[in-house]
Amino acid sequence: MKVLVTVKEVAELADDFEVEGTEVDDRYLEYDLNEWDDYAVEEGVQLNEAGVADEVVTVTIGPERAEETIRMALAKGADRSIRVWDESFEDVDLLDTETKVQILSAVVAEEEPDLVLTGVQAGDDAFGATGVALADDIDFEWAAVVNDLDMDADAGVAHVHRELEGGVEELTDVELPAVLTIQTGINEPRYASLRGIRQAQSKEIAPKTLTDLGLDADAVQSDLTLTNMYEPESESDAEIFEGSADETAGKLAEVLREKGVAE
Amino acid sequence: MSDVLAITEHRRGELRDESFEVISAGRELADDAGGDLHLAVISGDVDSFADSLNREGVDTIHTVENGEEFNHDVYVQAIEALYNDLAPAFVLMPNSVNGLDYAPAVANRLDLPLVTDAIGFEYDGTLTATREMYGSKVETTVEVEGDQFAITTRGAEWPTAEGVGDAEVSAFDFDVDEAAVRSTVTGFEEVGSGDVDISEAEFIVSIGRGIEEEDNLPLIEDLVEATGATLASSRPIVDNGWLPKNRQVGQSGAQVTPQVYLAIGISGAVQHVAGMKGADTIIAINTDPNAPIFDIADYGIVGDLFEVVPELTEQFS
Ligand SMILES: Cc1cc2nc3c(=O)[nH]c(=O)nc-3n(C[C@H](O)[C@H](O)[C@H](O)COP(=O)(O)OP(=O)(O)OC[C@H]3O[C@@H](n4cnc5c(N)ncnc54)[C@H](O)[C@@H]3O)c2cc1C
Repeated sequence: MKVLVTVKEVAELADDFEVEGTEVDDRYLEYDLNEWDDYAVEEGVQLNEAGVADEVVTVTIGPERAEETIRMALAKGADRSIRVWDESFEDVDLLDTETKVQILSAVVAEEEPDLVLTGVQAGDDAFGATGVALADDIDFEWAAVVNDLDMDADAGVAHVHRELEGGVEELTDVELPAVLTIQTGINEPRYASLRGIRQAQSKEIAPKTLTDLGLDADAVQSDLTLTNMYEPESESDAEIFEGSADETAGKLAEVLREKGVAE
Repeated sequence: MSDVLAITEHRRGELRDESFEVISAGRELADDAGGDLHLAVISGDVDSFADSLNREGVDTIHTVENGEEFNHDVYVQAIEALYNDLAPAFVLMPNSVNGLDYAPAVANRLDLPLVTDAIGFEYDGTLTATREMYGSKVETTVEVEGDQFAITTRGAEWPTAEGVGDAEVSAFDFDVDEAAVRSTVTGFEEVGSGDVDISEAEFIVSIGRGIEEEDNLPLIEDLVEATGATLASSRPIVDNGWLPKNRQVGQSGAQVTPQVYLAIGISGAVQHVAGMKGADTIIAINTDPNAPIFDIADYGIVGDLFEVVPELTEQFS
């Protein structure tokens, strides 16, 4: 069984940052593997180690810079990677779900995986839509927000738990081939070992353009345009204690005593 | 046609709050666009659900009888059929866990541009939606190209619809393509009961990723002991296995309503806030003055927990 894992490099904002137009300048951004994808990669690698999967391939839509993050996934045990980018994306602030789905569908057509794992959402744009939209597009079955996976490859069924609100899990059987969107906590993502990092250097990251995938740049025009970005106006009327740690802790202690919750 | 088709949500025999929020959001859009608000309620006891959903502002409620519980394959098919029948300008769905499980498929199948997790929108011939990015650190407006749209709305951003309405209730018959139903819900499981019930606690000290390492937990446990508080946490602490699941506060964890909620090293992501915004008094300790938790806090310390917490513990020893 072949597993395809979507891996996104996401940006995190520094504590202090400035918005310029519809973006945040690069110097306030730190790039990292999307938290949810880290769990998806781990799940794929564990399926491989358990002998259920025989190859784990990652796919990333991202510029060359993303290769650092891709190497991290390779160091954790993915076998090889695909990175899709097109210079026409350079000026796009926001790729819509449809665009991502068209690209990933083309990759699925080439790779023919039996299982696709994605993160529930990306930490930066937080769309939470790519996996399920992709599943519908490629006519795979799916399950979203999966926090437990028991794969019965012989029967062609994935027994999953979907984490609902309020501490309730839904138990669902999903026919393969399928796309599962992976929730944090499903496993314990490993740290890349030194050996893994060394090995990752010799693993393949195949760069692909839209043309390579048989796609037309016009066909992947985003329907969404970012028109404004701003720091939300704080509705906060919080009283912020000023002073040294000792002073602020003193004031906080007073509040706790006043409220009668601590003596 | 500028109608709105809004999809409601229920679980284990009960309508969820999202159903009444999506009515308010839907009415707002329908007013902007000059159209009607159609609701769909799919599966479960649809007739009794329709009674409860008949709130002010709803024009028509379409009931789709099919099984007891949510099944995304059925939902997608039912919404597709309704859409073809009604040709609404907007399909509105809750950005709930189940919304995450069917809304993107609906948008893809109907070839609609999709905006998820909207916290606001405006329509004047063009749809502009407001969303957050980077863990709520920035807000964005997004202009959406098209004449028909799929939108998912964030929970608790719109008020729950009140008042008794006079909607027409109409049974929607359609044939499920059973061959295309390839997932089966086999049951539910409650998780996270255990030694303590944090939902009963009066004073909660809650810890987030700011704690950095499991080895730093005793620092917080000392404070908890000195003050007689109950220890809880944000999700990453539980994901890491540092605290059991029953300590997690938030959308997928427990809802808490203490007198005081002290959030230490917690950013205040929407899914966390969903579980603790009912606290009487919210206090935050965080190094980042822009952390969203300060937006809902009553008191705050912008500072390093490793400096502040020991001093605080000291105050009670
Ligand atoms: C479907 C779904 C369901 C979810 N359900 C839940 C849920 O039930 N509960 C939940 O909590 N999350 C939930 N999440 C995850 C949620 O989106 C966030 O990822 C999570 O709440 C972040 O936890 P955090 O605030 O501890 O970590 P972060 O967001 O990483 O914040 C850490 C904070 O610590 C501060 N900090 C760092 N160092 C220090 C220091 N030395 N002193 C003081 N402050 C410091 C930082 O400034 C930052 O604000 C869910 C997500 C999804 C997609």
